[in-house]
Amino acid sequence: MTNPALEIRGLHKTYRNGFEALKGIDLTVAPGSFFALLGPNGAGKSTTIGIITSLINKTSGTVRVFGHDLDHEIQEVKRSIGVVPQEFNFNTFEPVGEIVVNQAGYYGIPRQEAWRRTRHYLGELGLWDQRKEMARTLSGGMKRRLMIARALVHEPRLLILDEPTAGVDIELRRSMWDFLRNINCDGRSIILTTHYLEEAERLCRSIAIIDHGRIVANTTMKSLLAKLDTETVVLDLLAPAERLPAHDSIVLRAVDELTLEADISRGQSLNILFQLLDRHAIKVQSMRNKTNRLEELFIRMTQTPSNRGKEIRTAR
Amino acid sequence: MKTSHLQEQWTALRTIVTKEILRFARIWVQTVLPPMITTALYLVIFGGLIGSRIGEMDGYRYMDFIVPGLIMLAVITNSYANVVSSFFSSKFQRHIEELMVSPVPNTLIILGFVGGGVARGLTVGIAVTIVSLFFSPLSVHSVAVTVSVVVLTSVVFALAGLINGVFARSFDEISIMPTFVLTPLTYLGGVFYSVSLLPDFWQSLSQLNPILYMVDAFRYGLLGTSDLALGTSYSIILAFIVALYLFALAILNRGIGIRS
Repeated sequence: MTNPALEIRGLHKTYRNGFEALKGIDLTVAPGSFFALLGPNGAGKSTTIGIITSLINKTSGTVRVFGHDLDHEIQEVKRSIGVVPQEFNFNTFEPVGEIVVNQAGYYGIPRQEAWRRTRHYLGELGLWDQRKEMARTLSGGMKRRLMIARALVHEPRLLILDEPTAGVDIELRRSMWDFLRNINCDGRSIILTTHYLEEAERLCRSIAIIDHGRIVANTTMKSLLAKLDTETVVLDLLAPAERLPAHDSIVLRAVDELTLEADISRGQSLNILFQLLDRHAIKVQSMRNKTNRLEELFIRMTQTPSNRGKEIRTAR
Repeated sequence: MKTSHLQEQWTALRTIVTKEILRFARIWVQTVLPPMITTALYLVIFGGLIGSRIGEMDGYRYMDFIVPGLIMLAVITNSYANVVSSFFSSKFQRHIEELMVSPVPNTLIILGFVGGGVARGLTVGIAVTIVSLFFSPLSVHSVAVTVSVVVLTSVVFALAGLINGVFARSFDEISIMPTFVLTPLTYLGGVFYSVSLLPDFWQSLSQLNPILYMVDAFRYGLLGTSDLALGTSYSIILAFIVALYLFALAILNRGIGIRS
């Protein structure tokens, strides 16, 4: 039987100041998967990644990477993982090429082979021409790509990316998505944390949502999105609506004079919405989805009970 | 399998040491040049101007007497400074994480940083020796003692610098030890005088200063004269190396200063 890429059981972390960052999380990432770990700021994502990559000591629980136990086979665990952290963590006064070659050296890869791999990964990520430049001269996007090349140089089986596209422009972000999809297709398991939920929806097949140190969802992207029972569409009107019609299964709201939002139950035909608008002589110029579907779910799952209460009351 | 594992570890160690050497070599104007200028000034002022009025010390011209001490002063301060600043800045810029996520054992991290510190200590030591040749002819009484003492002393202070770097939380904390402990102990360690000149009480107190043994043993290697037994000096230096290494390994294993 193939071991999971990552298997976490009962992981707890309490910092010295008493803050309980992880309250016993369980997580399994199948080998070869592209896995999203989402959660609001301070939910415990970076602590989880810090523990897996040996940068943070756990309080209790077990972590296994491809069957290797973090407590007893730490060298094997480290060899299996490549990590791209949230913050830049390389020597900005070192040349780009040397940063990657040195990282290979730490894994015992001889210098000639290290340069061959550095050429490959820096080339793939469009940084080979910058190999002799000091890392501090790179742009933000280039620095992120440098960290990806550095994380891949020892060819790990599991790549962990903590918000890899933060602050990266959309064109570059899309090229990074293509790059990550390709290395995932080559069989490498990937765990991604991101604030761009569109990114997670486009790239990942499995997902876990962590909130206040607990896993609140851990399933496939498809089954998670299937939980959405409504969808919101935005309607741009040709003329202001005099009054908003009421309907049992459609909720209409005015955003401004010429814009409406409609919440439609899942599985319901859009024709009903248009028949309703037609009956009330409301002319629609164009229509679009309001938000990314995953974003909608994410907000629901990570809301505090007090906020959730407010939202329900508002909806009524 | 074992050979391959050893080869990997050797590659990792060589990578850290090379990186450390390149680090100080890139900024040689800040790391190698200043001790050469300082030593030249010491030799001109203390050795030449004041020394000519002091006369002989332990049977040697004062200029010739202070050269071994000044070389050791440069080796000690540079071995320490290289490791403390390199380790602290790797924490400050967080690139220590490159090593922490990799399978490099803590023993190799210590050896790598110490290797870099010793490389700088010896580079500066040689540079300072070349400067001193303009003022004093170099005579080596025992090559083996001279080389072994300078290398072992450099290891002691590179280890001490590493420990300081692990605990330091700010740039202030990497300058406290060199300013308030290292420099006074070095100056009081017989760089500029023979301890036999001191009254009995101060002589006994000086013998608590480990740097005294290092300077004295090095002076023996060059000039063939010493105030203390050579065997005692070696024992003290080796004891410090073992104690500091074990302490450094323990704090790195516990992740002090580097792991939450």
